[in-house]
Amino acid sequence: MIPIRTTLDNSTTVQYAGLLHQLTMKAKSTVRDIDPQNDLTFLRIRSKKHEIMVAPDKEYLLIVIQNPCE
Amino acid sequence: MEIVYVYVKKRSEFGKQCNFSDRQAELSIDIAPNPELAALYVERNPVDTGIQCSASMSEHEANTERFEMENCGVNHVEGGWPKDVNPLELEQTIRFRKKVEKDENYISTIVQLGSIMEHCIKQNNAIDIYEEYFNDEDDVEVTEEAPSAKTINVFRDPQEIKRTATHLSWHPDGNKKLAVAYSCLNFQRAPMGMSHDSYIWDLENPNQPELALKPPSPLVTLEYNPKDSHVLLGGCYNGQIACWDTRKGSLVAELSTIEFSHQDPVYGTIWLQSKTGTECFSASTDGQVMWWDIRKLSEPTEVVIMDISRKGQLENALGAISLEFESTLPTKFMVGTEQGIVISCNRKAKTPAEKIVCTFSGHHGPIYALQRNPFYPKNFLTVGDWTARIWSEDSRESSIMWTRYHMAYLTDGAWSPVRPAVFFTTKMDGTLDIWDLVFKQCDPALSLKVCDDALFCLRVQDTGCLIACGSQLGTTTLLEVSSSLSTLQRNEKNIASSIFERETRREKILEARHREMRLKEKGKVEGEDDGQKEEEGALDLNELVAKAEEEFFEIVFSELRRKDAEAMKKKPKSVRTSAGVGGGSGGREGAMWPEFLEAGAPCLVVFFSPS
Repeated sequence: MIPIRTTLDNSTTVQYAGLLHQLTMKAKSTVRDIDPQNDLTFLRIRSKKHEIMVAPDKEYLLIVIQNPCE
Repeated sequence: MEIVYVYVKKRSEFGKQCNFSDRQAELSIDIAPNPELAALYVERNPVDTGIQCSASMSEHEANTERFEMENCGVNHVEGGWPKDVNPLELEQTIRFRKKVEKDENYISTIVQLGSIMEHCIKQNNAIDIYEEYFNDEDDVEVTEEAPSAKTINVFRDPQEIKRTATHLSWHPDGNKKLAVAYSCLNFQRAPMGMSHDSYIWDLENPNQPELALKPPSPLVTLEYNPKDSHVLLGGCYNGQIACWDTRKGSLVAELSTIEFSHQDPVYGTIWLQSKTGTECFSASTDGQVMWWDIRKLSEPTEVVIMDISRKGQLENALGAISLEFESTLPTKFMVGTEQGIVISCNRKAKTPAEKIVCTFSGHHGPIYALQRNPFYPKNFLTVGDWTARIWSEDSRESSIMWTRYHMAYLTDGAWSPVRPAVFFTTKMDGTLDIWDLVFKQCDPALSLKVCDDALFCLRVQDTGCLIACGSQLGTTTLLEVSSSLSTLQRNEKNIASSIFERETRREKILEARHREMRLKEKGKVEGEDDGQKEEEGALDLNELVAKAEEEFFEIVFSELRRKDAEAMKKKPKSVRTSAGVGGGSGGREGAMWPEFLEAGAPCLVVFFSPS
């Protein structure tokens, strides 16, 4: 996974990209296993500190890390 | 026996080729069945044999090859760069990146993904889904107990000729005694030899009344003095006011003179809050409200005539059936009349004209009960004809809330002293309805059939738990309501006040709109020919009236016929005679209740006043 454009530093980006790419693949295959006609459109991971949102595509992946509004 | 076949072959013939030839079958041995052997056995019938028809399966164990697992971490290093780009060289990577950014596919993908992402980001910004809700509210203990009431005691009229229990009053201290006024309200139909006595009952002893009060004429109302629990005030059927002291016995302690008393039965008597505790006032269907001091009952201290045209004419006065007085508003009192109008009066006004402040009309028949809400005195409850209505002093044209028209006439009503949104009503078919405005507004929360004859009066004890109802045959029933109806719920005061305010506001808006419409119509009519309109109007009116009468009677009779047809199918019920409370007064407007109203048919009664 090659980061094309990022607002974070390189190493963090690479780490996020690598990990989330794998997770997205797994999630996509899970969705497809349950219903072959279905597909993953969006993935949201809410943690204590932030929310990570992943929008997958055939070739590219858009990842946003947002702080919750509190 | 052996079966033996001997095969013989010569030695010289060994090795010779076998020459098979056919020959006939030979019976070697024949063994016949021996029936004697059967005697050694016993026949078994039936025979149990297990049979199974299923797929035959076999079980087999196998061991798979072991799957080796290993935990290891992955260190992500940048990779996946195409062959011609050296990841270490910044220039090349930047160039590659720029190339990708110019790619059309990339641009369209990013745009699309971006819009999806934006939506979710905005969502997050708008709502925090992990917010702690209901942090401040304590756990609510919701008692899902259904409202109920049960009869505790029944006090029957010990007299042989049964009279109606027309009024009840609880003893002011401790509520252990109940004073019941008995009389016959049917106009001139009181049977001969009917006793005039009214009784004070002790709640513990339903067999015998504690004390009998002997007035000169039967008592229609009876009230304990809230300040002095030994003194009772009674209003008589002949219009006199009588006063008892229970320490002195059952005979009347003081009696008002006939000349200065009312000319009709006294329907309402209430004690006033005064320093001496001896002042009271009374109302009757002769149209007068009189104030008395019981130390001197020979004549009233003050008389007010219920004439809404404010001229003080006795002929125009409306008969008063119920009286209302709240000690927190000492100068104001309200009178409910036979004509269905509530008159609000001010005692302290200087001239008789000013005594009558305003009127509220809305009922079609006499107003049998009138009471202010103990928590919100601006709102009061009236019970009359087939509905119960709640009014607000601010809304003069109509009531703010009302119940639907019932099948039976409503005879009495009261607010609960502990819950601002609960009130009770009694009906002529012997049912007691408990209404809870917080719970349900279109139907009573609980409807109980107390007895088979009509219920005439109702009184709630100060604690709100016990209710006493008096019936037509003089039976007073004591009921206890469940705690859900007699304990103040959380927030109930706020809810009740907001209900009343909301309804008042609604009525005000409707009122304003009606006024506007009327003004518009007035404007239109003034523009046309006045004289002609008037004449035509008069003719039309008479015709309309005649037509309306005809139609009305038709509808009523057809309804009656239908009810009779139904009644014939069911078991015949005994026809209840209504006590004709309205007719017992020989009232001003000649309100005679026609017989068909006893069937309880809901119909509109129009009063034609001979003006």
